Amino acid sequence: MSVLQDLLREYLPILVFLAVAVVIAIALAASAILIAVRNPDPEKVSAYECGFNAFDDARMKFDIRFYLVSILFIIFDLEIAFLFPWATAFKDISMVGFWSMMIFLGVLTIGFAYEWKKGALEWE
Amino acid sequence: MASFFSDTYLGIALVIIGQILLVLLPLLVAQAFIMLAERKIWAAVQLRRGPNVVGAFGLLQSFADFLKYIVKEVVFPAGADRFVFILAPIISAVMALVAWAVIPFGENLVVANINVAILYVLAISSMEVYGVIMGGWASNSKYPFLGSLRSAAQMISYEVSIGLIIIGVIISSGSMNFGHIVDAQKGSYGLFSWYWLPHFPMLFLFFISALAETNRPPFDLPEAESELVAGYQVEYSSTPFVLFFLGELVAMTLMCALVSLLFFGGWLSPVPGLPDGLLWMLLKMVIVFFCFSMVKAITPRYRYDQLMRLGWKVFLPMSLVWVVFVAFAAKFDWLWGTYARWAVGG
Repeated sequence: MSVLQDLLREYLPILVFLAVAVVIAIALAASAILIAVRNPDPEKVSAYECGFNAFDDARMKFDIRFYLVSILFIIFDLEIAFLFPWATAFKDISMVGFWSMMIFLGVLTIGFAYEWKKGALEWE
Repeated sequence: MASFFSDTYLGIALVIIGQILLVLLPLLVAQAFIMLAERKIWAAVQLRRGPNVVGAFGLLQSFADFLKYIVKEVVFPAGADRFVFILAPIISAVMALVAWAVIPFGENLVVANINVAILYVLAISSMEVYGVIMGGWASNSKYPFLGSLRSAAQMISYEVSIGLIIIGVIISSGSMNFGHIVDAQKGSYGLFSWYWLPHFPMLFLFFISALAETNRPPFDLPEAESELVAGYQVEYSSTPFVLFFLGELVAMTLMCALVSLLFFGGWLSPVPGLPDGLLWMLLKMVIVFFCFSMVKAITPRYRYDQLMRLGWKVFLPMSLVWVVFVAFAAKFDWLWGTYARWAVGG
């Protein structure tokens, strides 16, 4: 019970903070919708283009490299997620803990070198 | 009376809301003056005067702008997903604001003193990508779509190096709590005890990554006016636009706070003997902010392939090597234990 209460005491302010921020943001967005004049016409609401009508839907195909970047990001962000607890407990870990993380980083570096050599990081 | 605020639920809730408003209101008002200060700094660099009509020295300029935005029409583009369209700027602004819950301004001057503060800030700031990508997709227009893709790719690329740099600082301080990190920088040499000296190369990497992470020039590729008009914000007008803008500014201010907390000792006094406190924290944030503004004023824009190359081929390997170096230095007490000044139980 007391553990839960401590947890609540630490994290409750964040929850309230989130609520206050959401209220402020929604109030801001709603104020203009309520106050300002709305007078849409077909030309005004048409998608922005350089002086001609849009050809087709804007949800189009996009470059595969954006996808590749996000895959690479997931790999490295996971690596960082593994590093956080290790770094926080750094003073308490033994040599085994230290070297196993170094080996882990080494394996990831080999993978990184492979990606680099394969040209996954190229962007022409 | 005192028991009302510490024992009853209503009392506790009131105290929490009071603390939150004490952080949020000055933060929001400060954004108005930060915007003005930025415009004044760019104007000074370009030998112009900058805004000087509304109020003395143009001090009320941002408030006038804000009022004008509120009475502007909210245009929903044809074919837009209305719900996502309006949700995107709200997410952007909320995520930028919520990160401030764990930022301390002085010893124990913090809304939520949690142990995983840095992890929380990282998690929340990665959520900002959703606002960008939802805004670009919902607009149903080519320029916002391309701009949001670029922006998202850029933000996640630089998040990796920011995360690795923070790992280095955590190894040195032994805690993810900002209070402990600042305590670990306390030393008898004043400003030379702070982490900017042992982590010197990472200070620059963090600063530049922060520029890219918040889409600031010279990395403002998403809104490269010459090719993408204004990136994911093209179709936005009125207060939804203000929310995006606010989110970006608040995120930038957050980066100022992070630089001062992680590398410049937060609220510690730079001269031994002088009292620590809130004013030092604010002063450091203002100095970092001035550097951000000057970078915007004096650098030309990067090209997108250069940006990605810098992020993945330069910053990522450098910060990875640095993490390994800091780990070895802390484990084997290199350099007189400079890298192992643990705040708790060290």
